[in-house]
Amino acid sequence: MKTLKLFSLLVVVTMIATACGGGAGGPSTVKVGVVAELTGDIPAVGASCKNASEMAVKEVNDAGGLDIGGKKYKVELFIEDNAGKADQSASAAQKLITQQNVVAIIGPNASRYAIPASEIAESSKVVLITPWSTNPKTTLDAKTNAPKKYVFRACFIDPFQGRVVAKFAMDNLKAKKAAVLYDVASDYNKGIAEFFKTTFEGAGGQVVAFETYTTNDKDFSAQLTKIKQAAPDVIFLPNYYSEVPLQVQQAHRLGINVPFIGSDSWGSDELIKLCGADCEGYYFSTHYAADNATPVAKKMIDAYKAKYGTTPDDVAALTYDAFGLLWTALKSAGKVDRQAVRDALAKIPKYEGVTGTMQFQEGSGDPIKSAVILQIKGGKFVWFANANP
Amino acid sequence: MTYFLQQALNALQLGSIYALIALGYTMVYGILTMINFAHGDLFMVGAFFCFLAATVLKLPFVPTLLISMAGVALLGVTIERLAYKPLRQAPRVSAIITALGVGIFLENFTLALNPYPQHIPTLIANTTFTLGGVSISSLQIIIVVLSIALMILLDLIVRRTMVGMAMRAISWDKTVVPLMGVPLNLVISMTFAIGTSLGGAAGVMYGLAYPVIDPYMGIIIGWKAFISAVVGGIGNIRGAMIGGFILGAVEIMVAAFFPSTYRDFVAFTLLLILLIFRPYGILGKPRPQKV
Amino acid sequence: MARRWILPVLLAVGFLLSFAIPQFGLLDLYVQLIIMYVGINIILTTSLNLINGYMGEFSVGHAGFMAVGAYVASILTVSVFPSNLAAWLFPVAIVLGGVAAGLVGLVVAFPSFKTRGDYLAIVTLAFLMIVKSVIENIDAVGGPRGFLGMEKLTTLPWVFFWTVLSVWVIRNLVYSNFGRGVFSIREDEIASDLMSVNTQQVKVIAFVTSSFFAGVAGGLFAHVLQFINPRVFDIIKSTDILIMVYLGGIGSLAGSILGGTIYTVLLEVLRPLGVWRMVLMPLVLVLLMIYRPRGIMGLREFRWFVPVRDLLASQLWRQAKQKEVGDASSAS
Repeated sequence: MKTLKLFSLLVVVTMIATACGGGAGGPSTVKVGVVAELTGDIPAVGASCKNASEMAVKEVNDAGGLDIGGKKYKVELFIEDNAGKADQSASAAQKLITQQNVVAIIGPNASRYAIPASEIAESSKVVLITPWSTNPKTTLDAKTNAPKKYVFRACFIDPFQGRVVAKFAMDNLKAKKAAVLYDVASDYNKGIAEFFKTTFEGAGGQVVAFETYTTNDKDFSAQLTKIKQAAPDVIFLPNYYSEVPLQVQQAHRLGINVPFIGSDSWGSDELIKLCGADCEGYYFSTHYAADNATPVAKKMIDAYKAKYGTTPDDVAALTYDAFGLLWTALKSAGKVDRQAVRDALAKIPKYEGVTGTMQFQEGSGDPIKSAVILQIKGGKFVWFANANP
Repeated sequence: MTYFLQQALNALQLGSIYALIALGYTMVYGILTMINFAHGDLFMVGAFFCFLAATVLKLPFVPTLLISMAGVALLGVTIERLAYKPLRQAPRVSAIITALGVGIFLENFTLALNPYPQHIPTLIANTTFTLGGVSISSLQIIIVVLSIALMILLDLIVRRTMVGMAMRAISWDKTVVPLMGVPLNLVISMTFAIGTSLGGAAGVMYGLAYPVIDPYMGIIIGWKAFISAVVGGIGNIRGAMIGGFILGAVEIMVAAFFPSTYRDFVAFTLLLILLIFRPYGILGKPRPQKV
Repeated sequence: MARRWILPVLLAVGFLLSFAIPQFGLLDLYVQLIIMYVGINIILTTSLNLINGYMGEFSVGHAGFMAVGAYVASILTVSVFPSNLAAWLFPVAIVLGGVAAGLVGLVVAFPSFKTRGDYLAIVTLAFLMIVKSVIENIDAVGGPRGFLGMEKLTTLPWVFFWTVLSVWVIRNLVYSNFGRGVFSIREDEIASDLMSVNTQQVKVIAFVTSSFFAGVAGGLFAHVLQFINPRVFDIIKSTDILIMVYLGGIGSLAGSILGGTIYTVLLEVLRPLGVWRMVLMPLVLVLLMIYRPRGIMGLREFRWFVPVRDLLASQLWRQAKQKEVGDASSAS
């Protein structure tokens, strides 16, 4: 009987605690939610996202707030952790929507977390902008394959990027045989690897080795030895910047001397820190070039550097752009209303962001954006070429 | 032929790293039959201590190794006193779950302090030799030699010293040992100190071999150490080493000769088959149970 | 004893509430979602408790059974069943998912005849990794990109129904003759074998039941999240379930319910702590283990779950014990 009383007390207390969420925003605040991977398997991504979010909100608030419909609104930011779990992504998004009453959600970043959150946003009719999720399925309704109405992204998608890299390998590096080493347990890596393979082979090239490893592996010697055996002209590593240095270094030790190419997951200064001279001269595709920056980009890069001490990586830049898109949508909507924000967001003509100019395709949440090819030269990322859709 | 040789060398290196980790793991496991799930995370802490010693204090290899080992040993003994000692009389699984909790705590505490992957500077010159198309690096050789040396050292400690005798006595019967005048707490603390410092050493060597470290790197390593120790035979030091080499060999050879996407599938199936044919591990002996 | 009618009444009220809450929006969607997560976790915890708590084994592969159930149920509702009937055939999909998981559990049961203790733990771990690797390699179900397209068929009434059913089935199993066999295996396997307990049959039934319900939980989970991928069912998920079981109390159904509820709710309630939430959580777990090593409920059980016969027996035993002590003290 005692345990029953204790148990029911516990249940009641927690229900009251969780039911007492925030009310609607105060008379002049607009609430925005962020779901980020603060703990779990990709905390570096979550940390960058959080940094950029806080910077974007602070900038707006320091300037007096957002001008929506003639009134000045301060932005209140709510950041929730999804602990690297799909179910917590969903509950975090739901909490932000029903308890904190946010007008829109930014994040999550990885597609495997963005997809569950996007389902919640779509069914609750709340705008969700994912900065970094490149899986085409995030913005598509799984049953009908029609675009979702409330889910948008700030980045380009895997099919586009895979094509860009494959074309670059063929046209610029004149490669006829390519090898790929990717993480079989990760949706991003596998997705781009496959789109690369399709484009490369479709253009007459030959993928001589298509090797895999599992997330958290640190030893790639078996797969690299196999790749060496296949004698490719170029090796594609669509993997995270914490894995690439190990792969490149081990390859060099095995005597592999062909060029390596990568995708936007290379896009962090950490790559140079971790890889050093081993990565000199290699190319990768990404969202923006810090050295070929537009004035808008330069302003953000300098501000981020001043606040956090490093150049923003692609997650940070995209998060900042996601917020920029949201501010533009709020301003043109003229009121703090979820549906109005959604409609305004879809209709944004041309948005000049840190990661380039973008515009949402008709009826879709995917932006039309260019990619850039960067080269690692002298320990820095140097702009090499643009790749337009 | 060179392909096979190269893969064999790769297997040797990976295996020696797993063996090194399994060594420290099996000390606590064999003597106290406690699955210290925090071992993988202590290994990660060792790698981070190495990172701090090398970048902040800018120390060369040997002091870094010693500091990391000492630091992890201290941490291990503290954890033992605070978290495991109160559970000595409790069912075994409680200690295991506590270890799990300690491990998760270490992971997320490190993450809260620093979520970004870090790079360990080169402390040992890593030159690559090529002999007849096969590449070996000096670091690989050092790791293999170090693992075997540490195994011999550990074996000597356990079988030839008084402390070792006390440890073996504890593994047979924990309750009787204090009655014989053996300071139980001291010996258990020493066991933990030695075991976890070996884990820390493994962390340093791993960090030098694969110089990118992050707070979650210990999770899967901890489970692999567990697998190595069990496959080799619970409580057997040599078994743990053999288990480590087998695990490394299976992982590399499966990837070498099958499509690498099937690596985990084939590797674990092979492990399963091994356990079916040798249900007590390779060097394990079934303990006679009085009914 | 006198108030045993309370439990069925509570269940009926709960069932009605589970319909009323979503219909009339009595609780917001977030709380409803958490309640559904709690229900799914309770199913997972009670089913694992059968193997780890009652039978005293150490299985770490539970997430693998969940994965099988999730994928099978999802494939059925998305690709096999005609879409307009999906909602009606949902229970069929869940049951078939559970059956598939049960079959895998059957396969795991066989190595358990020979191997015990930590060796069995490795066997279950190997199964988990194999299941995960197999799913990753089947491109038809999306591989690592995951499987999509499920409708939100999991509703509060369904979760309530399946939670109650799983607890009821396992409770009846545990207090039956078969259940005695389970306890005796935990206490001393060799002795029970000698006492003509068919240990092999008991193990098979236990593993199959446990994995069946894990599969059911997986199916429900897939249809509330509407997206599954192999990474969701990794070793970390298994350790989460392990923690819930041992937190609540091994060998106690009320403990499993408590463990599942507290773990899920606490994680959500501690959200304001941000990154430090996952630092505090394990600390709470460690402290709890030190002060209550057998879990919150330990081996004790909710009075209403225990059959009347058992309660009577324990009451008589207690009376006899007191009389014995009284005799001894009066005699001396």
